Amino acid sequence: MDKHSMRNLLLSLAVVIGCAGCASFNPPQPWEKGELAKPAMQFDPEVLQARFREHTYVSKEGSSGGYGVGGGGCGCN
Amino acid sequence: MKPLRIAIFLICAVPIGVAASLAHAADAGAPAPALALPTATGETVALDQLKGKVVYVDFWASWCAPCRKSFPWMADMQKKYGPSGFTVVAVNVDKKRPDAEKFLQSTPAAFTVVYDPAGTTPTAWNVKAMPTSYLIDGKGNVAMVESGFKDENIAELENRIKTLVGSK
Repeated sequence: MDKHSMRNLLLSLAVVIGCAGCASFNPPQPWEKGELAKPAMQFDPEVLQARFREHTYVSKEGSSGGYGVGGGGCGCN
Repeated sequence: MKPLRIAIFLICAVPIGVAASLAHAADAGAPAPALALPTATGETVALDQLKGKVVYVDFWASWCAPCRKSFPWMADMQKKYGPSGFTVVAVNVDKKRPDAEKFLQSTPAAFTVVYDPAGTTPTAWNVKAMPTSYLIDGKGNVAMVESGFKDENIAELENRIKTLVGSK
């Protein structure tokens, strides 16, 4: 086995092990999102200010969207 | 390199798929999973004791906004159809009991409330959103599943309750 194929093998092994790690990851279930629903967990604590800024940004940049999703984290929006 | 990529994808995707299919589902038409939980006063409410009744099992939490909206409606249904064999069982899934108590002070519940802080029942019932409600007929089968208490489904929910209570 030359150096190149050895490196490839190690690299693919690392990717496979990394993916296996993702498979066992347990995201919080819908009924476990109490902490995530707290106001302190919002991206922006000042909703009105954020909307005003967003409005200014949109009108200056001529672009919109991409601000993430709003909601209380209950998975129902 | 391409077959390797496919192999990696399969290795990653298969465990996720298996995990998803292992979950027990409380689907419409299937028998409702078991439920036996304590009320605030400590007495146990079990679903199999309520056989013969039409039961509306609702999973709610204090931090869930649509849950707050559903409470007056559930109280209304309990009042309207309770005498003809209908009952609401609201399962609280808050980790901390004081959170639930605070919610109930501002949003009184005129129906049965039971507590499951460990979250074993929502796991068994495969709750996918908050709130999720299950309408269970007199034989103990799931008649309808409602995720998220949406305004457009309220009329249908009441209709189903009405028919189930009437056909008993």
